[in-house]
Amino acid sequence: MDIDLITNILYAMIRTGTPLLIVAMGELICEKSGVLNLGQEGMMLMGAVVGFIVTLLSGSLLLGFLLAMVAGVLMSLIFGLITMELSANQVATGLALTIFGTGLSAFVGSDFVGKPIAGLDPIHIPVLTDLPIIGRMLFGQDLVVYLSFLLFAAVYWFINYSRPGLVLKAVGENPHAANAIGLPVMRTRYLAIIFGGAMAGLAGGYLSLAYTPLWAENMTAGRGWIALALVVFASWKVERVLLGAWLFGLASILHLVFQGLGFSVSPNLLAMLPYLATIVVLVILSSNQSRSRLVAPMSLGNPFYAKS
Amino acid sequence: MKRRQFSKLVTGLTAGVCMAALSTLSVQAAEPLKVGFVYVGPIGDHGWSYQHDQGRLSVEAEFGDKVKTTYVENVAEGADAQRVIYNLAKTGHDLIFTTSFGFMNPTLKVAKQFPKVAFEHATGYKMAKNMGTYISTTFEGRYVAGYVASQVTKSNKIGYIASFPIPEVIRDINATQLALSKYNPEAELKIIWVNSWFDPGKEADAANAMMDQGVDVILQHTDSPAAMQAAERRGVYAVGQASDMSSFGPNAHLMSVVDEWGPHYINTVNSVMAGTWKPKASVEGMKEGAIVIPSFNESIPANVVAKAKELIAGLKDGSVYPFTGPIKNKAGEVIVPEGTRLAYDELEKMSWYVEGIPSDIPK
Repeated sequence: MDIDLITNILYAMIRTGTPLLIVAMGELICEKSGVLNLGQEGMMLMGAVVGFIVTLLSGSLLLGFLLAMVAGVLMSLIFGLITMELSANQVATGLALTIFGTGLSAFVGSDFVGKPIAGLDPIHIPVLTDLPIIGRMLFGQDLVVYLSFLLFAAVYWFINYSRPGLVLKAVGENPHAANAIGLPVMRTRYLAIIFGGAMAGLAGGYLSLAYTPLWAENMTAGRGWIALALVVFASWKVERVLLGAWLFGLASILHLVFQGLGFSVSPNLLAMLPYLATIVVLVILSSNQSRSRLVAPMSLGNPFYAKS
Repeated sequence: MKRRQFSKLVTGLTAGVCMAALSTLSVQAAEPLKVGFVYVGPIGDHGWSYQHDQGRLSVEAEFGDKVKTTYVENVAEGADAQRVIYNLAKTGHDLIFTTSFGFMNPTLKVAKQFPKVAFEHATGYKMAKNMGTYISTTFEGRYVAGYVASQVTKSNKIGYIASFPIPEVIRDINATQLALSKYNPEAELKIIWVNSWFDPGKEADAANAMMDQGVDVILQHTDSPAAMQAAERRGVYAVGQASDMSSFGPNAHLMSVVDEWGPHYINTVNSVMAGTWKPKASVEGMKEGAIVIPSFNESIPANVVAKAKELIAGLKDGSVYPFTGPIKNKAGEVIVPEGTRLAYDELEKMSWYVEGIPSDIPK
């Protein structure tokens, strides 16, 4: 392996991990408030299709990304209204949201298949980007990757050091106690759901505007589900979400690079690992006992009724 | 999912219409032939399923209200496929096309339950009294692509993004390698399996991983135009799969190997309407217009384009056949002796690499 190859692998690792990191941070905040939204895939697809259409028609990438986030937020509000106002089951509602988003995005995007746009290009800083090994990884990414770094810092600070972060965790652990001491449970949960939607929309937009600047049905290809598993892997710690997303990026890149180099590891086996891990994690998630051991928010998935 | 719910709706409506017809007993107009299509991907993939749907649309254009077509997209290969095919048969479809290799056994099972319905399965090898197969000889296009790639490469590294190690894909990799061996033995084929027919992100990642390793022409047997786009960004060549992908890489687009399913679908509908349909193993290629190479990149040297067109003409009239012996396998054993041609039914079961491919088929 030469130095150029390592440089490129590290670059691709971050890039591949970025959409996962963004969605997973959104879902992390959402789950911290006690809300389990399995609709990530649907929200991402809506973000991807809306972002793509807006950029194609307006020529503005910025507008595309913004409206991708708006689309994600609107989708999350559907989830919010159904689970919060009507106290519907969160798991079922989330699954329905994914199915709905998959279908609706295909419907909305059907006229935009096969149309190319100029996507968001990576930046190039003289000298820094050309550094060996870390140059492209740290200084040659596109702007959304840097935004994901900033978002990470913001989420990390928010959860660990801010007062609203404490409120969020209190609501997620015991909404009734939080309500009793006068914390706004419903409002906190709504804001968390909206943040999750915005992040999913942004990640979807990243796929259709930067990663592979095109629209094709179902182009997220399961990334929303992997992000859900990542949050559990990370045992609801944002720094572990970051590591997990990049690790997943590295694993999926190495699986391709090794084949190109002619290593005789079964690609089927390598390709299976992230999904196998996802299944294991989802099985664990479905058992209450192991959930508390994994320090999940205590009231995750439970609807909240204000007792008056 | 939307489509499946739609097909349930259609079922309900059909039942309603049938009851209405029974109650009046006055409907005399000929019933339209109901034709069902089962796709593995979304019709918006701009690749394999998209081209099959273009074929369906050409059936509608040809026959107008004499046919009624239904399609179900995004059908997973396996048990779910059987349910979808069964539903189509149950709802009065007279002819059902299943368009992916993994639908073979499900189609066969349903075909046995509905002896009066005609089934046609694409790219497989199992048949029944009411189930035929059809395949287009994409390897003819790959052979031409392999030739052109062998001439335009500067690094002598050709990349091949592969989906699943099934006979059709292995056959096409072999056809590409045979062209490389013949026209530029120095060129090395780097194969990356992505274990998916359709994952734009992963296809782009694979393309990038190849380019990082010096590949300067990318071929693909996956369905999205993401690799073409990645090639365009980095200034290398790529060959489009299934549909014309030139719009995704005006400079990168070397050529596309396009599937035209329309002629086969129209002929089949015609024979079912006439009552002359019989199951057969239909193999169509460049000669029948099922495989088309619409254009070549203008930057390809004129003599290369001329030779490529000569190859196409030879493939059409039968004078050129990629799998003509002597062909050795990777162990160096002669599998196809000098002067003989490997028959189509052997190609459809192909599970070995020809000599010259550096990697092994994944187990």
